[in-house]
Amino acid sequence: MSSYQELTARQRIPAMFDAGSFEEFLPPSMRIVSPHLAQLDAAVSFDDGVVVGRGKLGGQVVFGAAQEGGFMGGAVGEVHGAKLVGMLQRAIDERAHAVVLLLESGGVRLHEANAGLIAVSEVMRAMLDVRAAGIPVIAVVGGANGCFGGMGIAARCANTVIMSEEGRLAMSGPEVIETANGVEEFDSRDRALVWRTTGGKHRYLLGDCQVLVEDDTEALRAAALDAIADIPVSGAPLTLDGLLAEQAMLERRLHDTQGLTEPMDIWKGLGMPDPARVPMLEPDAFLELAAQHRATPTLGER
Amino acid sequence: MNHAEGRWTGQQRNRSERLARAGAALGGALDGKVVQASHIVELLHAVLEPGDRVCLEGNNQKQADFLGKALTRVDTARVHDLHMLLSVLSLPEHLDVFEKGIASKLDFSFSGPQAGRLAKLAQSGKLNIGAIHTYLELFARYFIDLTPRVALVAAEMADRDGNLYTGPNTEDTPAIVEATAFKSGIVIAQVNQIVDKLPRIDIPGDWVGYVVQSPTPYYIEPLFTRDPALISEIQVLMAMMAIKGIYAEYEIERLNHGIGFDTAAIELLLPTYAASLGLKGKIARHWALNPHPALIPAIEAGFVESVHSFGSELGMENYIRARPDVFFVGPDGSMRSNRAFSQAAGHYACDLFIGSTLQIDLQGNSSTATLGRIAGFGGAPNMGADARGRRHPSKAWLKAGEEARAGRNVIPRGQKLVVQMVETFREHMAPAFVDKLDAWQLAEQAGMAIPPVMIYGDDVSHILTEEGIANLLLCRTDEEREQAIRGVAGYTPVGMARDKRMVENLRDRGIIRRPEDLGIDKRMATRDLLAAKNMKGLVRASGGLYDPPKRFRNW
Amino acid sequence: METLNYRFEGGQRPLSGMPQLVGVVGSGNLEILIEPAHLKGACEIEVRTAAVGFGATWQAVMADFHARWSLADARVSVNDMGATPAVVSLRLDQAVESIADLPGGAP
Repeated sequence: MSSYQELTARQRIPAMFDAGSFEEFLPPSMRIVSPHLAQLDAAVSFDDGVVVGRGKLGGQVVFGAAQEGGFMGGAVGEVHGAKLVGMLQRAIDERAHAVVLLLESGGVRLHEANAGLIAVSEVMRAMLDVRAAGIPVIAVVGGANGCFGGMGIAARCANTVIMSEEGRLAMSGPEVIETANGVEEFDSRDRALVWRTTGGKHRYLLGDCQVLVEDDTEALRAAALDAIADIPVSGAPLTLDGLLAEQAMLERRLHDTQGLTEPMDIWKGLGMPDPARVPMLEPDAFLELAAQHRATPTLGER
Repeated sequence: MNHAEGRWTGQQRNRSERLARAGAALGGALDGKVVQASHIVELLHAVLEPGDRVCLEGNNQKQADFLGKALTRVDTARVHDLHMLLSVLSLPEHLDVFEKGIASKLDFSFSGPQAGRLAKLAQSGKLNIGAIHTYLELFARYFIDLTPRVALVAAEMADRDGNLYTGPNTEDTPAIVEATAFKSGIVIAQVNQIVDKLPRIDIPGDWVGYVVQSPTPYYIEPLFTRDPALISEIQVLMAMMAIKGIYAEYEIERLNHGIGFDTAAIELLLPTYAASLGLKGKIARHWALNPHPALIPAIEAGFVESVHSFGSELGMENYIRARPDVFFVGPDGSMRSNRAFSQAAGHYACDLFIGSTLQIDLQGNSSTATLGRIAGFGGAPNMGADARGRRHPSKAWLKAGEEARAGRNVIPRGQKLVVQMVETFREHMAPAFVDKLDAWQLAEQAGMAIPPVMIYGDDVSHILTEEGIANLLLCRTDEEREQAIRGVAGYTPVGMARDKRMVENLRDRGIIRRPEDLGIDKRMATRDLLAAKNMKGLVRASGGLYDPPKRFRNW
Repeated sequence: METLNYRFEGGQRPLSGMPQLVGVVGSGNLEILIEPAHLKGACEIEVRTAAVGFGATWQAVMADFHARWSLADARVSVNDMGATPAVVSLRLDQAVESIADLPGGAP
């Protein structure tokens, strides 16, 4: 077992792709750094916190990216976002077999203000363009910083979201909620609560994440391969039916969780036995139970 | 009773008077020894007299918080100028009594989070510090010249006879209660529950005057949990040096670790690095140590045969229950800790202490004192000192003693290894090695008789940094000692001012050893050597028995 | 931020291969880009650091680095977020090992 969350972005890429197959676009030696951070006299990173490129996965040509959570929390600035968008567009041009995004981000890099906001929205649009071109997009969320803000939204633009239970996926960060609405609303230091609310198991039960594996690079790599294989030919694009099914799931969620403030109560509502034990279950045991109870979008509903 | 006898029974008669006052004041709110929580301030008014010495728990972890808060509500017209005795000042209430004029004098050991406020109060004159002690020293004075008149303690449970169950967090209670009870003092205990039958009796009811059930259970701080995810590669390297350069070299079987990430790294390297060196069964067998979660893998791997603890640690209760051959566990299955005995064990029955610090000077004196904060000592000086009263030999003790005395015309004796383990720079590039300790300035600022030193240089046997190990036992002159320290002080100004030739010579003589001299390949110093890399790894290692406090969870 | 530049002559080990990057620009950490360069045998090091005023310390660390590795025709570029000399030296060694060992191609 080798921990994925331990690794830097540069270590994750070779672990996920076929050995020696990854070629980086705009490598750090090109020194394409953030002009905004330089202007603020803040530290820059030679790759602006993201590795993008193309490699092989299971022998097929797959484009990919890995965000570095250690640099500014993985937040997306202008250059960072442009690298992602450029890679996604090139994936379409070169008719990639799939795109795999190793996401770890706090969302928009506020230092870069509007440039950061635009960057994230362009990433979302580019992801949907990739899907529209018939290329599956897989998001992997397993880093220690989680995937928040605009990148949380972007993750859900992918065909499949794969998480470990240590991974977190949400829009607003816990500290932000506590600062805005008070500690009674959300105690961000209650880390067990934070993970019950934003962690992989909860997301899996709610239907926001389709695959849950342990924090192990081999397991995540295998899950990515399976996820790509599981998408039927012509199954990548977002269709109206697919969108309606997702929205129906969200409507059901809104209805079913009315007035509930504790995730364990939501899990109970889904029919999970002994919700208090859920966070301590090993992945296999959890998946077995969750299979019978988790929410999923149902095509044809409505 | 005639006049002559009366002269010798003053304390006892005074005690009876106080108990009578309490009985009268509480009426129906007192049932035998059990006091209703709503009447706690009345009880304090009745049993306290101005100028009393009051010991309040105030332990490192367990806090008699209900009693501490109640004390802040007494009427200063009736209760004032108390002389407070606390092991640890950790709650705001501990200092509120001084602000309000309820107390005026303080003897203590450690102040942690209240260190800054304590300094301000001392300066303003509202608080007069008697002395700052180590834990064992303070307990010792309870039996000599600082005997408490009233002790306010905390326990898990009581029965209606006043017997107390203190359980895993027994900590300081036995020392405090014995001193108080047998010198006509009055012991008041707050408890989480009053039950018919205790799991076991830790404090006999005869020693306890009053018991009150507090509205909420007492608070315990998890102080000894270190998340392995935060251990750095540098700390792994230093841990490798400690294990190979010291533990293996001296065959350290009995030891104490000061709490920190550096020592957590050593604990987590035992099942991996130390095992690979064939050291299982040879080192780290018997511990004076709180139940560090980071020790779990070493216990599971069979390194650790016994652990006696000063206190407990939140989340470890079930693991301890399941490992009674290792920990000190009662017939009821729960642990019993005892700070006084563990301190004595760390002082006399251990061959090595290793811990970190904030500053070290050119003689090897170390201090955690910083300006504007009066933090105190806690227990480290008891472990981090040579035990000159010790007589029984061990391999490590004899070897260290020999190294210190070889070539000198003195009678042979052993010596304890006292290792200071520190990175040359701390956060914000603050050097750990200094020409003069901040402790000097603090002493002047706070009117202390001498600078507060945690570990004295002449007790230190080794200094270990990422640059190597300096063996001070082998130094024969002050100059050699100073250069040995400079030789491992790296790029700090102290290190840069080294006499290069002398340091080379010290290295040739084995007084300074770098990682390469120890046969350690720095490239091996990665987090992959840690037996557990995160909290979940510790939970897995414990077979699911360890239940980390919420703040340490990331799943 | 402070920018510091060093140039060392007389290196014995010429560098070759693809540029390599080690480390991350996070608190207490740094990233190091190491690449071959035509410098007439010299080793040039540029440091951009968030910890201002430690020029003398960096000088000593870099001098020892050069004494250790004696690189020639090498450019080393550093983005630093307050790493201690211990971490700096560790990453410098890791950077040299990464370029010396690799067949080339991986990021």
